Amino acid sequence: MRTEIRLAGFGGQGIGLAGLILGKAVSLYDGLEAVMTQAYGPEARGGASSTNLVVADRPIDYPFVQEADILVTLSQEAYTRFRDEAKPEALVIIDEDLVQPSPQDSCLKVPATKLAEDLGRRIVANVVMLGFLTATTGLVERESIEDAIKSSVRENVLELNMKAFAAGYEYARKLKADQ
Amino acid sequence: MTSSGVLTGKHFFQGDEACAEGAIAAGCRFFGGYPITPSTEIAERLAHRFPEIGGVFIQMEDEMGSMAAVLGASAAGARAMTATSGPGFSLMMENIGLAVMMELPCVVVNVQRGSPSTGLPTLPGQSEVMQARWGSHGDYGLAAFSPWSPQEMFDLTIHSFNVADRYRIPILLMADEVVGHMVERVVIPREDQITRWERKRPDPNNKDAFEPFLAEDPDLVPPLAYAGEGYRVHFTGLTHDELGYPDMSAETHHRLVTRLVEKINYNSEKIVQTEDHFMDDARIVVVSYGSTARSARRAVKDARQEGIPVGFLRLVSLWPFPTNQIRELADHVDSFIVAEMNLGQMALEVERHVRRPVTGVHHAGGAMMAPDRILDAIREVANTGYTHLR
Repeated sequence: MRTEIRLAGFGGQGIGLAGLILGKAVSLYDGLEAVMTQAYGPEARGGASSTNLVVADRPIDYPFVQEADILVTLSQEAYTRFRDEAKPEALVIIDEDLVQPSPQDSCLKVPATKLAEDLGRRIVANVVMLGFLTATTGLVERESIEDAIKSSVRENVLELNMKAFAAGYEYARKLKADQ
Repeated sequence: MTSSGVLTGKHFFQGDEACAEGAIAAGCRFFGGYPITPSTEIAERLAHRFPEIGGVFIQMEDEMGSMAAVLGASAAGARAMTATSGPGFSLMMENIGLAVMMELPCVVVNVQRGSPSTGLPTLPGQSEVMQARWGSHGDYGLAAFSPWSPQEMFDLTIHSFNVADRYRIPILLMADEVVGHMVERVVIPREDQITRWERKRPDPNNKDAFEPFLAEDPDLVPPLAYAGEGYRVHFTGLTHDELGYPDMSAETHHRLVTRLVEKINYNSEKIVQTEDHFMDDARIVVVSYGSTARSARRAVKDARQEGIPVGFLRLVSLWPFPTNQIRELADHVDSFIVAEMNLGQMALEVERHVRRPVTGVHHAGGAMMAPDRILDAIREVANTGYTHLR
């Protein structure tokens, strides 16, 4: 099994941290292999920023995402830029208030930024998204992500991040139940 | 973290971060450097970590100064290092030669980017392989290693310090941007399980008779006395006799330079490191190193699925070159493929040692070579016996 994941948004949305938490969860707590790569050039400044993860059940040779199986976008620019690079049948998750997908694209929609604002800080929209991703994909154990969050964020914002994760996770569960 | 500052346990680390932690685990407590992409995170992490654990971090005025500071620290007894990329590596060349001449152990990390000149600051390259061997003026020997993962950035950094100390040479850790910046699991063992080779030291009861450059052992390595310990030491880049004093005679020059070169030749079997897979019935061997070797391994696995008898040889050490291993392989296989992110550097070295066709799979750098290109070359060689893809 080899799953390619791209998380994308604009600078400042915590895309890099989200990738780091997910990669940690997978490779340190779930016993799978994970490699994370990021774009470093001028193209990574402003505009669309992305973090790329390859997850596999055996050692990973080629570390880069070629055609994402899972694409998470938190900005229109990121969606526009990266949708075509992902597989046509990729699982696409969008922040529904920030991204207007192509009409024929069946995306999973989550108001990540709005849910984060409800918790008082829009900056945790990235972790809301991780909660949603965890509940939807089954790629990683909930406990593993929670352990990864604990070892990645400062103590004073830990509770906020755990709440953000739970908010995204519960939203996905409700969405599934409603279907 | 242990009381001595060594971070242990499992981490999800960038290669550059793993390198910095490897240096700390190896007992390195001096870094003199000038930050440059894509090696900056090594300096950044050590600048943060060293003050906590009694290490010294100095940001020097440039890379010439950086290398000079590292040699000063080494002469005083410290395990010392610097980290750079292409442009800085060029500036360090003169003082790397000084390290060879003064036989001062140290570690120089080069996280290679697209070259020549300023090239591609944020993108990978492997085009300083020959510079690592021959970049400083003169005849000399040293060792260079090529990590292919963040875990190996950690492991080989420690090993680099050990080899530097054992043979009193500068070690060039030739990483590349892919390995430096990718993030992957790094497992750090307990501190008491981390191997540290000790330096050969002079007899403290015989200080007056000590000759700092007299190599009496068969390994040709003289014991290292530190400045300030009471031994009479004199360090110079000029040709020097066993006492360390300048001696401008052809005879002394030949004796010294020959020993510096033979020191590596004599010990090369102990320094050389390779890794191979699928070699039992191999007729074709893919040789690769650093990040490119990850794609090469993928390509070899895929070719094996297609029934092509191909093996995989990874150069963990680039220098000294694994001459004997390659020659021995050549007795059993028909053809070699060398995959590297440059326009043909190690391919030349392989060609020099085997009377077999050598096919290069080359790219000037800027992006990691994808497995498909190497797989195509394997198929073509399997079909035609020999192809030249340069």
